[in-house]
Amino acid sequence: MWQWFHKLGSPRWFYQISGKFLPWLALASVVLIVTGAVWGLAFAPEDARQGNSFRIIYIHVPASFLALAGYYVMAAAGAVGMIWKIKLADMVMVAAAPLGAALTFIALFTGAVWGKPTWGTYWIWDARITSMLVLLFLYIGIIALSHSFSTRESSARACAILALVGTVNIPIIYKSVDWWHTLHQPATIKLSGAPSMHPDMFKPLLVMILGFYCFYVLVLLLNTRTEVLLREGRTNWVKDLAQPK
Amino acid sequence: MTTLKGAFFGLILRDLSVALRHRGDLLNPLFFFLIVATLVPLGISPESARLAAMAPGMIWISALLATLLALDDLFQADFADGSLVQLVLSPQPLWLLVLAKIIAHWLVTGFPVVLFSPLLGLMLSLPKEGFLPLLLGLVLGTSVFSLLGAVGAALTVALHKGSALLSLLVMPLYVPVLIFGTSAVQRAIDGMSYGGVMALLAAASGFTLLVAPFAAAGALKVGING
Amino acid sequence: MFQFENLDAFMSMGGHGPYVWGSYGLSLVIMGWLALAPLRRQRVLLTKLHQRLQAKDRRMQGERNEGS
Repeated sequence: MWQWFHKLGSPRWFYQISGKFLPWLALASVVLIVTGAVWGLAFAPEDARQGNSFRIIYIHVPASFLALAGYYVMAAAGAVGMIWKIKLADMVMVAAAPLGAALTFIALFTGAVWGKPTWGTYWIWDARITSMLVLLFLYIGIIALSHSFSTRESSARACAILALVGTVNIPIIYKSVDWWHTLHQPATIKLSGAPSMHPDMFKPLLVMILGFYCFYVLVLLLNTRTEVLLREGRTNWVKDLAQPK
Repeated sequence: MTTLKGAFFGLILRDLSVALRHRGDLLNPLFFFLIVATLVPLGISPESARLAAMAPGMIWISALLATLLALDDLFQADFADGSLVQLVLSPQPLWLLVLAKIIAHWLVTGFPVVLFSPLLGLMLSLPKEGFLPLLLGLVLGTSVFSLLGAVGAALTVALHKGSALLSLLVMPLYVPVLIFGTSAVQRAIDGMSYGGVMALLAAASGFTLLVAPFAAAGALKVGING
Repeated sequence: MFQFENLDAFMSMGGHGPYVWGSYGLSLVIMGWLALAPLRRQRVLLTKLHQRLQAKDRRMQGERNEGS
């Protein structure tokens, strides 16, 4: 059992196995996202209140989802790396940070653009967007910290600690911002209209969420593989990769 | 052989006497606090009504920034002369020593801010109902700022230009405290009961008090190898 | 089931065209970059490693020839 666990932590094994999954993940991501996007853009019914701008939801919601989930992935990887000293987990954590930050940015950007035709302003301090902004700061902090340390090991430990502290805080931050928002604007329309969505509008959203999940795993694997190559450059198997015989 | 209690109080006293020797530095966060609060009417509007509307938030934000400004001093000076490494290597539990440093630090940064907050309330036309929740809230809030800030300060202690990064790291963590603190004051001003919010704030500081010293100790061990 | 009368209406999205297409466009660009950048990095890494190893081999060859 421990042998399997150790094998799981071997960068070389990871590199070889993940290579096999990549083409399928890429295919799944492309198919799901293109299908969902076309469906949402062209075939889902128009929203009575918001008109066609609501179609942005098909990018905004999946991106926000993955941005938040991605933070937990990053923190969990950091925790595994710190507790069990598995280098591969540290690499996953480092790989997850810029990916999560980019998705958070997409969520913020699409949210702001959606706001303009809906409420007449690009920025509105509602609970969702404000929490997303704080999440972006958390990600940027981790990325900045990871670049500041001289050794890779201390860098990984520091980021793991910070990520874990942030994890505890995320639900608190979200709840408090949510509460703060209701204090100041009790009667605004909420961005997350999912429960009151017509099923014809909801189905393409599901497809997009699935597609984004596949995309996330795909890019996470790609980034982790890059980290593996970067760090294991002195090993024979990487050297063999560089010089195909 | 130093006892646990001896080490704890000894460290607090030592940090306090070092801080008192540089009395100029002591006043920095305080002056910053007062300066920000003075700039607000100048930059926005001296109208009493408008100031009163902004007062809870402005005072809290100034307190937050003043604490952030002072966080560098928590570990930097000791790191520079090597005594921080001695602390980490000492047989006393590191979390206890870290807690001692945080307490000493709060006494010379957060505590003066709390003491002067009524003055700021006066200058910014804070309605009288707001003063008590402001004081209580800031006591709890500034302690959380110091405790959480210590984790960030520990992580960045060895880094060049660590202070900018420090602000970035701890800012998201301060958000809930800021929200709860200002709404407690606002509720009091609006005539509502603020006990619930204050209890939340107290719970948050209690939790942070329990967890942060350990997190900061762990962070310190990582940070000095930066 | 196609919700728009013609391609023009599709492009303009009832006036919301720039918002919708702007969002989708930028997101597509960012996501494409997210997927392609690591591939490029890996290629660069392996190429550099290849060059370094070649250089080392040539040096070792040179030393061996000098020795004999």
